[in-house]
Amino acid sequence: MNLSTILSRFLVFPGLLFAVPAAWFYLWVERKAMARMQQRIGPPFMQPFFDFLKLMGKEVPARPGFSGFLMRTWPIFSVAAAAGACGLLPVIQSGAGFNGDLILLLSLLEVPSMFLIAAGFSSRSLWGQIGSVREATMNVAYNIVFLMAVIGIAVSQQTFSLQALAQSHGSMLRWVAVLAILVCLPAKLHMNPFSLTNAEQEIYAGPTTEYVGAELAMFELAHGLEWVAATGLVAVLMAPMIANPFAAAAVFVAFSLLVVLVLTGIAAGTARLAIDSSVRFYGQCAVILIVIGVSSALLMRIKL
Amino acid sequence: MSLWKKLLCLGRRKSPWLFHMNSGSCNGCDIELIAALTPRYDAEQLGVKLEPSPRHADIICVSGPVTHTAVGALKTVYGQVPNPKAVVAIGSCPASTNVFIDSRVLAGPLDKHIPVDVYVPGCPPRPDAILQGVAKAAQILAEHAEAKNLAGVNVTHAQQASGTAEVKA
Repeated sequence: MNLSTILSRFLVFPGLLFAVPAAWFYLWVERKAMARMQQRIGPPFMQPFFDFLKLMGKEVPARPGFSGFLMRTWPIFSVAAAAGACGLLPVIQSGAGFNGDLILLLSLLEVPSMFLIAAGFSSRSLWGQIGSVREATMNVAYNIVFLMAVIGIAVSQQTFSLQALAQSHGSMLRWVAVLAILVCLPAKLHMNPFSLTNAEQEIYAGPTTEYVGAELAMFELAHGLEWVAATGLVAVLMAPMIANPFAAAAVFVAFSLLVVLVLTGIAAGTARLAIDSSVRFYGQCAVILIVIGVSSALLMRIKL
Repeated sequence: MSLWKKLLCLGRRKSPWLFHMNSGSCNGCDIELIAALTPRYDAEQLGVKLEPSPRHADIICVSGPVTHTAVGALKTVYGQVPNPKAVVAIGSCPASTNVFIDSRVLAGPLDKHIPVDVYVPGCPPRPDAILQGVAKAAQILAEHAEAKNLAGVNVTHAQQASGTAEVKA
């Protein structure tokens, strides 16, 4: 592991240079697939890029004081954290990983959501605060399942290195855990049926209600990068490891797109759940997967 | 024109986000605006998105003849939409107060209070006429974003009645 490998992973592939266009592409796929499922034609291919351009050219009102400084800062840090999470994904066998990068990836995946909560509160908008409270509640609910699923996989393979996890062959346990992660992704990405964080029209735009222009563009970009990182995590766990880097990248993108389409299908087919139903779903239903996953992982260790 | 300006114009033309403001409308125009977003007319082809927060919007779509109670909210929302912005008056009510003219509860028409860029006449206008109005407003945003007072553009009755009004993406 040397500096040039690390830099190329974070800046080129699967980091910034790949992840930013991929984020726009995934956002477009999500909107287009949603439109096709509703028998519409849907937005043109470059739409998320046009949205980003336009938002960058909007006028941002003067925001004096420390809360104004915070409102300008959260979106940038969200983008940085989400891009960092993308850069950690072990798509190509480069030996650039380290033992424990799984934990770093999970924490970086959490950061955009944390900053969204903070953003809602620092905007001092009533709707922003309601959205933040909802996001915080959902965060606690789905993260129990999400983190336990990943811990189950790590315990069964006895490693916290992403590279080792990606190279190890999948067992039945892996599929249970991947299913649990998939169940958590709609809440993580604010999709239906768990879209109550930014419940559009209901609480205006949730935490981002007061955000304008470039700040909003950065939040949109961070959301797209979260898509890349979260679907990428599933792709890394599901896809077979291939030695040829180009084939590995193609398989990674294909698996990610499959996850995007599955999540869009779920979103198109469901309506928004209330907060108590959402939390109960994770606390009472999805947790069964985790009990199966983690207990069998521990039993496997005893047998070994 | 620099490359950044050109890209910005392209973005403004291709991505008009709407905020819908009801200023005492009978709901006729509101239903037609929603119809423009449904699968039959599918405004998302033009990049149109109905935004929940005026802070995110580029174009304010106002329906209704502007009642006295709506004036304050209207001015607040107009101030909340960040520049560059455009206003589309949907229906005959905001343009002329329509059949409610001389009513004592009205403070309309709309252009007495905020500058209007595009009028879409009709009672109610067809969804394709509304889409054409939004597309024209997006064009105005792309071309005259820097200008303060924007010239009015009319979607004519003839284009609207034909029902085949061309919307240029």
